Amino acid sequence: MASTMNSTTATGIGGPSDKVAGGRRLHSANRLFRALSLGAAVLVLLTFVAMFGVLFEGAWPALHQFGFDFFFTEIWNPVKERFGILAPIGGTLITSFLAMLAAVPLGIGVAIFLTELCPRMLRRPIGIAIELLAGIPSIIYGIWGLFVFAPFFQANIQPWIIDVFADVPGLSMLFAGPPYGIGMFTASLILAIMILPLIASITRDVFETVPPMLKEAAYGLGCTTWEVIWNVVIPYTRTGIVGGAMLALGRALGETMAITFVIGNAHRLSTSLFAPGTTISAAIANEFSEAVGDLYISSLLAAGFFLFIITFVVLAAAQLMLRRLDKSTGGNRA
Amino acid sequence: MTQASSLYTGRRLRNQAFKLLSIIAALIGIGWLVLILSTLLINGIAAIKPSLFFEITPPPGEMGGLANAIVGSLIMVVLAVIVGTPIGIMTGTYLAEYGRHTKLAYILRSLNDILLSAPSIVIGLFIYTALVMSTGHFSAYAGIVSLAVIVIPVVVRTTENMLLLVPNSLREAAAALGAPSAYVIRHVTWKSARAGIITGVLLAVARISGETAPLLFTSLNNSFWSLDLSEPMASLPVVIFQFAMSPYEAWHELAWGGALIITVAVLGVSILARLLGAERK
Repeated sequence: MASTMNSTTATGIGGPSDKVAGGRRLHSANRLFRALSLGAAVLVLLTFVAMFGVLFEGAWPALHQFGFDFFFTEIWNPVKERFGILAPIGGTLITSFLAMLAAVPLGIGVAIFLTELCPRMLRRPIGIAIELLAGIPSIIYGIWGLFVFAPFFQANIQPWIIDVFADVPGLSMLFAGPPYGIGMFTASLILAIMILPLIASITRDVFETVPPMLKEAAYGLGCTTWEVIWNVVIPYTRTGIVGGAMLALGRALGETMAITFVIGNAHRLSTSLFAPGTTISAAIANEFSEAVGDLYISSLLAAGFFLFIITFVVLAAAQLMLRRLDKSTGGNRA
Repeated sequence: MTQASSLYTGRRLRNQAFKLLSIIAALIGIGWLVLILSTLLINGIAAIKPSLFFEITPPPGEMGGLANAIVGSLIMVVLAVIVGTPIGIMTGTYLAEYGRHTKLAYILRSLNDILLSAPSIVIGLFIYTALVMSTGHFSAYAGIVSLAVIVIPVVVRTTENMLLLVPNSLREAAAALGAPSAYVIRHVTWKSARAGIITGVLLAVARISGETAPLLFTSLNNSFWSLDLSEPMASLPVVIFQFAMSPYEAWHELAWGGALIITVAVLGVSILARLLGAERK
């Protein structure tokens, strides 16, 4: 397939057509079109490089001023111009981790339900509904969290949780403090709801790459549904599931609007999940348009640059894994 | 015998428990999303009035609408798609037709997939530093460029995928008749992949319609009518953000109304894209 492709497109077609009338015009149009296409590709590449370069340049004053301490100090003081992003980094990691903790098992559960248990008639409508939900803008989840979930949580659930865990060592620290409604815990939960459809739809797609023959063979040996999934489907799709989860993690790390509404924007790390906190993206969204002073802006840019780097690494790993799955299933089909 | 039957019951029980768990997961997952959409619908419909579409955003404490934000969003989304789509389609064409196995294509494909899920707030920061800082003021232009940067990877990915679905025999047949490669691409491969490419563009529209983070510090916001692209421009998502975070009841209502409009628009466009995609098959 590869060689036929190259011979039709790469070279040679323009040559003979020179001899016919209007051939020269066609030939130059041909070259122009190819150049345009290459130009667009290079432009996309340059955009990416520029993004990297421009952000780094903007971040440099802060990185230069504070050095490595920038990543390890909790102080965020615009008045004295002392900045460190330990609290936002911590908030980003904690909220993403908690969201993944809730959304990955639920998402896999939904995918299993869709591929194995759901009545055939409902399979397509529910599948489509989940894909559509994955496309709903995050600001919708944010506004719901702020107006509906946070007040309800504050009034009905949070005081109860605080009471129950008050005497349990360890947990009392995690669930301490006044019930604000908003905070790290609420943000994680909204984030989990937001990435759930994404995980569910990727995992379902991955599950569907399992050749029916493998599953039928296992059923034929007398396996239960659980055994088929645990021993056949999941081992076969392991890299795909992990890749899908990484993709969702990349999304969660950089998610802004769903979190900004409900996290409370406090630049400190607290042991209590009910305390307000912040994440890199929430800090940028909340403060950037009000930031005065070059160092303040540069610090926010440096935070954004750091976010770019970590999501880049996570997403690149996700691509690698999903691509490996593509290759392996391609091999099995052949 | 008893050992065998207890083994069997154990397996059956485990299977039942597992089925139950996965049904519960599905119920929680889907139920929660239904809950969100229904509250959105209830609160949003209460806010939908004629004034929402005909009056501009009010100062605190007064009544008004979202007309300037709706128009601003439409302008920026449409222009971003006009800017981003040709670049995206040409890049996708390069990946699928010209450079399929080149090193450049490999790198580009990986970077494009990363750009596809890169945090949109980082794209906003990039455009802020590149355009707003250098020109010294916020503008709708900057907002359009940052949305276009989000459109491009979506269009690149779908265009490439759709072009790869076109059978090589079609290309070969056209080339055998003497058509130059550019002619083959424009009149044969693009044509047969057209529905798919349009689907990609629609998906990109759905994607940017609700984007807030990249607009926060590029197009900013504007409480007045403004069609001047070199001035800050209101957009639905940014207005929703500002109004929802405010303490004013009237602004909250407008935020709900705006949220409903965006959701309906995004779902409508995605469903349209899906119908088009299904037609192809």
